[in-house]
Amino acid sequence: MSDTADGAGAPGNDGGQFDRLPATADEREVDGRATREAVLDWWDERFGIDSGTFEGHTFWEKGKGKIWVFADGLPSPQEREGVGMTVLRTRQEHWKPTTTAVRKWGHLATRNVIELSPGEATAFAAGHDQDLPEWDGDWGYLIATHELAGGRVPIGVGLYLYDELRSVVPKGYQEELPDLGE
Amino acid sequence: MNDDGGVLDRYASLVDDEAAFRAACERPLPSVVRVNTLAADADRVARAFDEEGTEYERAGWHDGLFRMADRSPGTTWPYAHGWVHGQEEVSCLPALALDPEPGTRVWDTCAAPGSKTTQVAARMNDAGVLVGNDTSLGRLSALRHNAERLGVTNLVVDQQDARNYSLNGFDFEAFDATLVDAPCSCEGTIRKNPDAFDTWTLDHVHEVAGVQKGILRRAVQATRPGGTVVYSTCTFAPEENEAVLDHVLREEDCRIVEWDCPLESVPGVTEWHDEEYDPSVARSTRIYPHHNDTGGFFLAKLRVGGDGGGEAAGDDADEEAEVAA
Repeated sequence: MSDTADGAGAPGNDGGQFDRLPATADEREVDGRATREAVLDWWDERFGIDSGTFEGHTFWEKGKGKIWVFADGLPSPQEREGVGMTVLRTRQEHWKPTTTAVRKWGHLATRNVIELSPGEATAFAAGHDQDLPEWDGDWGYLIATHELAGGRVPIGVGLYLYDELRSVVPKGYQEELPDLGE
Repeated sequence: MNDDGGVLDRYASLVDDEAAFRAACERPLPSVVRVNTLAADADRVARAFDEEGTEYERAGWHDGLFRMADRSPGTTWPYAHGWVHGQEEVSCLPALALDPEPGTRVWDTCAAPGSKTTQVAARMNDAGVLVGNDTSLGRLSALRHNAERLGVTNLVVDQQDARNYSLNGFDFEAFDATLVDAPCSCEGTIRKNPDAFDTWTLDHVHEVAGVQKGILRRAVQATRPGGTVVYSTCTFAPEENEAVLDHVLREEDCRIVEWDCPLESVPGVTEWHDEEYDPSVARSTRIYPHHNDTGGFFLAKLRVGGDGGGEAAGDDADEEAEVAA
């Protein structure tokens, strides 16, 4: 899904630096910028990942709607090449979690998690879209998981629409992996 | 067969078994992966490899190192999940020597592409502030990718010349620990990069030694009294190893301390080509390819604030233990 339609020319947003997200809407100075509160609520509402998961972490925006999470605190702004890892795309109708965030925290999710069979998991990891009419949960961004080494492991982000699970695993992360059902 | 162009002749007098040394340099290295403990433990990785039929051998000296039998590690589920990262065995040593505490401030001066940086992050349990610095934007992109792939969230990626690194923008004035995995002539990587000697010249060795001295001096200056600096290279040349340490011992307030190397190694050399170095450079660690069937490596652990460390150093229990040792 493209995020080019939103946030263009947003006042006060500097693509060359990391700005810390405001705690709440009352503290917001840059139009359209997500708040820490909204980010925490979104993870909780969409995936059932408790806000306490991110306690001590700070959230940052660099570029239009690209949100980063850092494990500690730092003065804002930061003119660096990276501050923590990308976690979320905002400033679009449906916020989208990053593959890396889902791989890090997806095991904590209790909602909108789709468990794939071995063959489905292999196809998903390779970037293939699949017909999966049996899913009767929400449409939108899901966390795709499979069973490996004694537990459920998140593979990446799926977009579920019209009985189809689209793999939105970025090309750099797509891989032809063994089918664990064989 | 690797053509060393006669470079290895330089080191014949330094090694205990020249024939074994030369033979080891001729052999290719196995593909090795390190377990990313931020995502999985070694036993779970082993179980996942077993489930998909990937063959491996576990290294005995350090939990979480797997020598891969044949298939590229990139096409395994543990790799896809960020549970493992390709990293040569011997290059796992600097993070072990640095031994950073979770919640502390750590600087990796020459971080890209990030194998050691992400290992340091894992040893910090992804807590605190880890600054991964490098001069090259292209290499920094690889560092960022690797850190994201492994789920590291405590890394600040920075692009500065480490020789005059500025802490502007941070709310602290010194690091607790600093890693200098310095740019070097890479002689020790001949088993992995058979063309490592193609561009070798003595001029280059001297040139890179100058850069190394600059980076190591700045590392000592930017680390708090009582803090740790680890200096490492993947080369055999004393000009880039002991001579660099000798220089920084003279120019900055620090000293070399013992550390417990888990691989077979020999002490640093105190004499080379009519030069004599500070006797304490013997506390550094030389690893030759035939010792453990790895690449070649050099490492030293320094304590900042040497004799003048004062109260800050005395407050450090770890410091006192090393003084006693």
